[in-house]
Amino acid sequence: MTIRLAKITFAIIFACHAGLVFADDAEIQSLRTAIEQLRADYESRITELERRLAVAEQNASQASYAAGQAAAAPVGAANASRSAFNPAMGIIFQGQAWHYDKNPSDYAVAGFPYGGEAGPFDRGLAIGETELSFSANVDDKFTAWLTTPVSIENGEATIGVEEAWLETTALPAGFAARFGRFYSGIGYLNSKHAHSWDFADQPLPYQAFLANQYGDDGVQLRWIAPTDFYMELGGEVLQGGGYPAAGATHSGFGSHSLFVNVGGDVGADSSWLAGVSWLDVSAADRASGSGADPYLFNGDSSLVVANVVWKWTPNGNWKQRNLVIQSEYLWRNEDGFYTLPDDPGAAYNVDQRGWYVQAVYQPFPRWRFGGRLDGLSGDNPGAAFDNTWLSPRDGDPRRYSLMADWSNSEFSRLRLQFTRDQAGLGTDNQWGLQYIYSIGAHGAHAF
Amino acid sequence: MKKILLVLSLITLPLMAHANLSVFACEPEWQSLADEIGGSLVKTYSATTALQDPHYIQAKPSLIAKVRQADIVICSGAQLEIGWLPVLLQKANNPKVGPGSTGYFEASSFVVRLDATAGVDRAQGDIHPQGNPHVHTNPHNVAIIAAALAERMAKLDPANAAIYAENFQKFDSRWQVAMTAWELKAQPLRGKRAITHHKSWVYLEKWLGIEEVANLEPIPGLPPTANHLSRLVSEFKDGGADFIIRSPYQDARPSEWLAERTGIRAVMLPLTVGGTDEATDLFSLVDDTINRLLGAAAQ
Repeated sequence: MTIRLAKITFAIIFACHAGLVFADDAEIQSLRTAIEQLRADYESRITELERRLAVAEQNASQASYAAGQAAAAPVGAANASRSAFNPAMGIIFQGQAWHYDKNPSDYAVAGFPYGGEAGPFDRGLAIGETELSFSANVDDKFTAWLTTPVSIENGEATIGVEEAWLETTALPAGFAARFGRFYSGIGYLNSKHAHSWDFADQPLPYQAFLANQYGDDGVQLRWIAPTDFYMELGGEVLQGGGYPAAGATHSGFGSHSLFVNVGGDVGADSSWLAGVSWLDVSAADRASGSGADPYLFNGDSSLVVANVVWKWTPNGNWKQRNLVIQSEYLWRNEDGFYTLPDDPGAAYNVDQRGWYVQAVYQPFPRWRFGGRLDGLSGDNPGAAFDNTWLSPRDGDPRRYSLMADWSNSEFSRLRLQFTRDQAGLGTDNQWGLQYIYSIGAHGAHAF
Repeated sequence: MKKILLVLSLITLPLMAHANLSVFACEPEWQSLADEIGGSLVKTYSATTALQDPHYIQAKPSLIAKVRQADIVICSGAQLEIGWLPVLLQKANNPKVGPGSTGYFEASSFVVRLDATAGVDRAQGDIHPQGNPHVHTNPHNVAIIAAALAERMAKLDPANAAIYAENFQKFDSRWQVAMTAWELKAQPLRGKRAITHHKSWVYLEKWLGIEEVANLEPIPGLPPTANHLSRLVSEFKDGGADFIIRSPYQDARPSEWLAERTGIRAVMLPLTVGGTDEATDLFSLVDDTINRLLGAAAQ
């Protein structure tokens, strides 16, 4: 180094003198090279100093952390937790416009009177539900989540509590417990928020058997097996207030569920998840069918769901191209009695089945195209139910849906959906346009 | 019963005899670094390959199963994995690797991150407010992170603290020598101008003195559009850039399209271990990166 520096200094001094006389090309070239080398040397020394500075800074910040300084995290040590803002806040807008050949307010599926808010969206333009969510770690052992949908009903804004739960983050041995209000872990679609659905609406069995999604107040325990093969076991005890339960029977412990999920990869391109779940609820005066004059059900309802999801993407590089195929099969038995206009205690014991299969393909970034088939079938409850909506008509309910959506970024999506509905009154062609926009913090989506 | 236990322990013993630490790395570069520091004391797994865009990964069941069993999770951080890591951590029910715990190691938090910004607006694209997360493309960062990782592994497995320290010393002395050689070799790249697909290379550019003059993405995270590419053609058809850089998981078509119309050489860099046949570990990753850039610059 010293020798080279001396050489260069000499060269520069020499050049200054030589400047008076004629400097030839070779000299200029050698000077250039020398200066270039000097610059390179200094730059690498500066880089080295920068590195040492960074190390020193790091050590200093670690030292202050160790000294117990409040939140003395190194440069923005915010991490993969959802509490980058405390709490993380997000808003999801999901407006739609629907066109129907038939009046959606007359919509009903014979044999399967819907409960809750299930059924077609209103005609025309509507902002639908705006979803506000808040989440953060409570402390070192708990995390919390709140989702409050805001909607306009009959000209008045209403705020709901869709989910409000706490979850443990520090239980040992692969356990986690959740308590509060949440969507049950049964099935594949049940716990998915509406903004992450691939179609604007839920498939028929979810609408008919779960009033779109079963959510309730209670506790959930989950366990993950300590193996490379993914296996999750879970169970819930819930109040029994949400459809298909009703009336918080059994002193407010009226609903129970169990679920098991397994999954894995097949090569570098494919991943799968499959599950079986069981839900057993009691209902007291559960309302379904027409809002003004509902049918009331008292009795037990049990449901078994089998679900499978297959995701394919070349080399696992999701952003470029992917295909998702999913299907669920739901069996339901309801045993009890209905209150009918001319029979306050009509015995009802019926087995019903529902299914859907769908595929969504993203051929290139931003665009996705999908198709879905869904259907229902069920026993005839008997002569007492003739001339009511509890009696299925000939021909099982079916729908055929197509959708295309465009996502400018992962925070915005515009969707067009067409459904040929042969589940309601005759055949109805339904066209829907939907937007889903997200601002603020947005939690990562599960598989 | 005793017999069964004996058989069981005989079956499981060989499985448990090796690794003291089970490492879950979000990206292959951190798996390689964990292998360097941990040696035979660690069993490592990478959630992604060089052919996958680490911004967009599905929170797959297989990954949850791996996080469930991990003693340490090593990720780039700075929100690179924000679309999937939080779900893995939440679903895996493993408090050992939760954010803030000793088993949670965010590599980029140990170095000075470039392009950190206080005011982030999504209209600017997929910006990481905590700075650019692709820190490993500057080997000086890797040296700093290696030191921190050795310290962390020693904390998690104190009985073998000396071995982690020794492994780090060995790695670091080789790495320092290699860095000097790389810096000499890469001299001709100083002052070159690069168009990059995504802002994945800011640390490499700063290290080697390369100037980034444009991106193929109109704004970070959005795929290149025809409009934006034609703008780049008119801007660079008479020179002004020396190469167009992309990584293995990025669509080759936009950079090749632009190369065809401007005469600027398109070059695919490995970005991480496994990105090319040559990049088999951290050393050959940098070797190959510099070789490919020199090859492109020589044209």
